[in-house]
Amino acid sequence: MIQERLSITVAGSGGAGVVTVGNILLEAAGLTGWFARLSRSSGPQIRGGEIAATVCLSSRPIRSEAAHCDLLLALDWKNISRFADEMVLNRHSMVISDPAQGEVPERIRDSGAHYLAMPFKELAAQAGGTRTNMIALGVAAQLAGLSRESVERTLEKTFHGDRRFVTGMAGVDAGIAAALPVPSLDLPSAPTPSQAERWSITGNQAAALGALRGGVRFAAGYPITPATEVLEWLALALPKLGGVFMQAEDELAAVNQIIGASFGGVPAITATSGPGLALMMESIGLAVAAEVPIVVIDVMRGGPATGIPTKSEQSDLNIALHGLPGDAPHLVIAPTSVNDCLDTTHWAVTLSEWLQAPAIVLSNQALGQTRVIDSKPAPREWATERKIPDQADDTYQRYQLTADSVSPMTLPGMPGGQYTAEGLEHDESGIPSVAAGNHLHQLDKRCNKLADFDYGDYWADVEGAGSTAIITWGATVGAARDLLARSPEFDGGLRLIALRLLAPEQPGPMAKMLHGVKRILIVEQSHGGQFYRYLKSCYDLSVPTRSFCRPGPVPILAVEIATWLQQWDSS
Amino acid sequence: MKGKPGQAFSMECYKSDIKPIWCPGCGDFGVLASIARALAILQVPPEEVAVVSGIGCSSRIPAYLNSYGFHGVHGRALPLATGLKLARPELTVLVAGGDGDGFAIGGNHFLHACRRNADITYIVMDNQVYGMTKGQASPTTNPDWDLSQLTPGGPGMNPFLPLLLALGSGANFLARASSSDPRGAADILVEAIRHPGFSFVQVLSPCLTFQPEQRKWKKMVRPAPVKATADPVRAARRLITDDNFFVGVLYQGERDPYQESSEEAICKLDYLESEFQVPGPR
Repeated sequence: MIQERLSITVAGSGGAGVVTVGNILLEAAGLTGWFARLSRSSGPQIRGGEIAATVCLSSRPIRSEAAHCDLLLALDWKNISRFADEMVLNRHSMVISDPAQGEVPERIRDSGAHYLAMPFKELAAQAGGTRTNMIALGVAAQLAGLSRESVERTLEKTFHGDRRFVTGMAGVDAGIAAALPVPSLDLPSAPTPSQAERWSITGNQAAALGALRGGVRFAAGYPITPATEVLEWLALALPKLGGVFMQAEDELAAVNQIIGASFGGVPAITATSGPGLALMMESIGLAVAAEVPIVVIDVMRGGPATGIPTKSEQSDLNIALHGLPGDAPHLVIAPTSVNDCLDTTHWAVTLSEWLQAPAIVLSNQALGQTRVIDSKPAPREWATERKIPDQADDTYQRYQLTADSVSPMTLPGMPGGQYTAEGLEHDESGIPSVAAGNHLHQLDKRCNKLADFDYGDYWADVEGAGSTAIITWGATVGAARDLLARSPEFDGGLRLIALRLLAPEQPGPMAKMLHGVKRILIVEQSHGGQFYRYLKSCYDLSVPTRSFCRPGPVPILAVEIATWLQQWDSS
Repeated sequence: MKGKPGQAFSMECYKSDIKPIWCPGCGDFGVLASIARALAILQVPPEEVAVVSGIGCSSRIPAYLNSYGFHGVHGRALPLATGLKLARPELTVLVAGGDGDGFAIGGNHFLHACRRNADITYIVMDNQVYGMTKGQASPTTNPDWDLSQLTPGGPGMNPFLPLLLALGSGANFLARASSSDPRGAADILVEAIRHPGFSFVQVLSPCLTFQPEQRKWKKMVRPAPVKATADPVRAARRLITDDNFFVGVLYQGERDPYQESSEEAICKLDYLESEFQVPGPR
């Protein structure tokens, strides 16, 4: 069966080198001219827990998780049961394991998948004592049709040509030889490498890069899964650009450090996940009141509380939208793919800087920790600009009411522009005030500057013109895109509306996008239907509207959305 | 406009026209005067100064000064100021606040500011009480202070020794001053601001409304009998044995200040992006 993409999962205990195999397969696929996607699923332990790396290979960019696993290479079965829910095996799948690691678990045996025993451990010993993951790498490369040369180049780069490279290649060769008699998994032929640039990047790296493209030169953060890679990349990159990165003592400090830097005129960002976002909330409210631009990336994981730190969900929507005390208008923005983490974060910086308001970027684990080989997006022509006056005198008022409700902001160092940024309600000059008039004027100003701004077409992506609309956001957009690409047969056709700007709401543009729509399915990865409830509360959804929501950590697949629509058709 | 460039800056150049909300007799009036005096002695232009604060009576101080200011949320002034200083190293950054703001809700940031040693000056107006919320025990309140309904019979805990705590956390400049002597406090602040790295000044600043017996403080304070030491062991011994009324610079070490932003850009963003490039087939 020739298929559009090939999905290979390597599973085993943490420390067995599963992610290394995944990364090498991905990079080798890149060298071969493929597009690829590597997602990982792991438990909370760093060593000894369970881990699975899934690599998808295709001749086209891959925007979502595969519906089933074509090839499962199990280095051991110790913790495989913890992944059983996430691994869809069927009669098209092939499972390979080492009999020395024990019996194939019942659930996998009963899936209908073809099974093949391969003595990984013995082969590794015969190949001069390499690790079993290198045998698995050779097997996977051979079955997928990746050239030995592409694996060799990647392995050399990975191990910097040291001894592990030599022993590793011995293992790869043994794996290739062992897989020769096995029928290969038919891939479509790789396209002729196009002139378009391809890159290998994770969503977390892309978000960090997008921030820098937006002009961010200060970042602070506190380590948290699954957001740490955003901070790690910024910590290496910022000093090279003359910027500053700080590891903070906690999230309360991190968000205040970036507020301080931005008050000083340097665009600033932090990244965290749900528990850290909760700690930052009070000070994000300060950035609203004092009108200091900041960007906070929340790479969402399963919640509440510590929840499922290593796995994905879209359940921080409520806190991102509504978590601030008081009436506190701010921006909430979400990337729609791994690649889109780049532009969306860049956009968030430009909006935040111009509107002098905090922006929360809602990424999630499935975007942030997934690595793709994809087309490299062309740089955007968005200019990052803050309304800074050329000079100031005694008449300067920091919170002056203006036509667009954005007030000129002086920076420390400018003579005559001195003011005190205020978290207390204040008058136009920034002097604390409890007067009803000042409170109303400043509330109006902070609301209007966001509500009246023209966000342009980038606020949402629309695909298709059918009468059934799927409205979704974040990582779930990929599954909906897959459905549109594969299933145009739904009665009346499908229309995907992927929101990038979640707040403030855009009733006018939404009404235009919904023109001709006869029914709406709202799709999200949360238990409580947070996105559905939000859309119902602020948009005029007058046609029949239903919610398909379910929690993580298993990603929502195109086939599930299709099933939902079919059930709706038949009910 | 006050303080035109080229002219000498008087104390008045550093004060705003806003009338403080403080009660009559509040020590913070003296601290406000001593900050203005210290800045006038240093002749740093008002626009080159940023004063950052949290919440509390004393945290209102930025608005009463003619510098840039940031009146943030409760307890987070130190990280906000640290971010500002690292982003804009040429500014003179002061942090001002009370004992509750600094040692209770902001306690963790206090420890880490001492440890980090960014070049900022932290002025804590210590009156051993939460004044703005009408008189509750703070981390420096005596254990038997029983005038708050929140802690009937007193808080029952030993008070923090802020200077000793700062020393233990790695602070490199420690001083105590008294609001009853604004000139003397100004001289100490001048030294604190000049000191490269984090400097911590505990200012005894009475709250006559909720701690009326603090009226006696001005008779109890006296200059420290010995000069500042650079030896942390000696400083620790002094701080653990003193009666909390010696004023002056008590410890001054020589640790280099924390500063990450001194490096110039060494490459462009395009170069960093090239790390993600997928090479074509060979």
